Amino acid sequence: MLLQLFLKELTLELRRKAVISGLALYLFSTAFICYLSFSLKQNQITPLVWSSLFWVTILFSVINTVAKSFIGEKKGREIYYYSIASPADILLSKMLYNFLLISILTLIGWLLFALLLHNPLTDHTLFGVTLLLAALGFSSSLTMLSALAAKANHSNILMAVLSFPVVISVLLIVIKITKNCIDGLDRSVSYPDLITLLAINCLVAAASYLLFPYIWRS
Amino acid sequence: MKTWAKILSVVLLVYTIVAGFLFTVPRLNIVNESIRSLYFHVPMWFGMIALFTVSLVYSILYLNKPSFKRDTYAVEFVHAGILLNLLGLTTGMIWANYTWGSPWHGDPKQNGAAIALLIYLAYFVLRGSIENEDQKARLSAVYNIFAYAAMIPLLFIIPRMTSSMHPGNGGNPGFNAYDLDSNMRLVFYPAVLGWGLLGTWIATLRVRVRLLNDRLLNLNNE
Repeated sequence: MLLQLFLKELTLELRRKAVISGLALYLFSTAFICYLSFSLKQNQITPLVWSSLFWVTILFSVINTVAKSFIGEKKGREIYYYSIASPADILLSKMLYNFLLISILTLIGWLLFALLLHNPLTDHTLFGVTLLLAALGFSSSLTMLSALAAKANHSNILMAVLSFPVVISVLLIVIKITKNCIDGLDRSVSYPDLITLLAINCLVAAASYLLFPYIWRS
Repeated sequence: MKTWAKILSVVLLVYTIVAGFLFTVPRLNIVNESIRSLYFHVPMWFGMIALFTVSLVYSILYLNKPSFKRDTYAVEFVHAGILLNLLGLTTGMIWANYTWGSPWHGDPKQNGAAIALLIYLAYFVLRGSIENEDQKARLSAVYNIFAYAAMIPLLFIIPRMTSSMHPGNGGNPGFNAYDLDSNMRLVFYPAVLGWGLLGTWIATLRVRVRLLNDRLLNLNNE
């Protein structure tokens, strides 16, 4: 069931390409604005500025990406899912799908930033792993919040308000590791942070898994 | 709340204020007299965590078996927790102004406390944007539990991993180093209890008002 739901998400997404290309364009526009606002003063983009611009861009594109996973759903279709699948399957399939989408999005974001600005990173493998872990953290916390926000009025505003405090702990650690990657520190320095990030992901994912049935029931 | 607990709270707080300002404290560099903040600032955080935890327990109970009373308890304990959070931030800023030189110093603990405040303000935004009462109670209970889980790393793990000037972090003397003479303990523990009881008192009063309002509404409808 889980796999079928996951494949359904993927097929639906590929069928209406407007949404996914819209997201790609959103990311590109933001990266381009970053590039234009510095235009000729590229040398002023210190590693710290690069990292903050990068993560702000990624954060907002990711919130917009995940928000649509429940907010866009039609009422009738939700009742249909409710009758054929367990809440756990639905949540996990959406989480998995969002993880895939966010990973691709962050990788594209990285490429764009490397292309338009520059690439200050020295340890690419570690940064890649960090991106994946961050994607896992974002997908596990935001999928659940999107379901929560979808039930309320003014969903889009609420999504940003609710998610900011929850993803901030992931973001803080990720920014710290990014700094390590830029400075080219030894990998053993970043291991404790990576493990903490993984632990936070597990915590948030477990909380979402336990709480989702209560949201889904209404 | 029982009457003896209210009297105890008042007595303990009067004792905290009198003893906190008059008793001798260890002389330490930089911190000096501002060490007395330990009697006011630190117990407020203990109280805040305790109140948020009570709210968490009521949210879990609510999901287990929904009732208006449990929802009311969860909301009002968050209200009281936010009050203690604001007081804790304010006392911390007064202390930081004299010890660190500026009220907001970007310390991990300070940022963590501010983000905790944002989490619980978002809780009220969520409550405000749902009209159906049952759905409001259930969804906000879910968010309360979720936010509490997200707050733990923020308050207890990340500040310990980053360097910080806050006492008790990064090689700075914490509580244990301060009370070389155990005089401070004599005031500190009653202070923790006193502030905690005060928070609970405020919360239970607000719960009673809300429950009475609800009853009044039901009577009017009949």
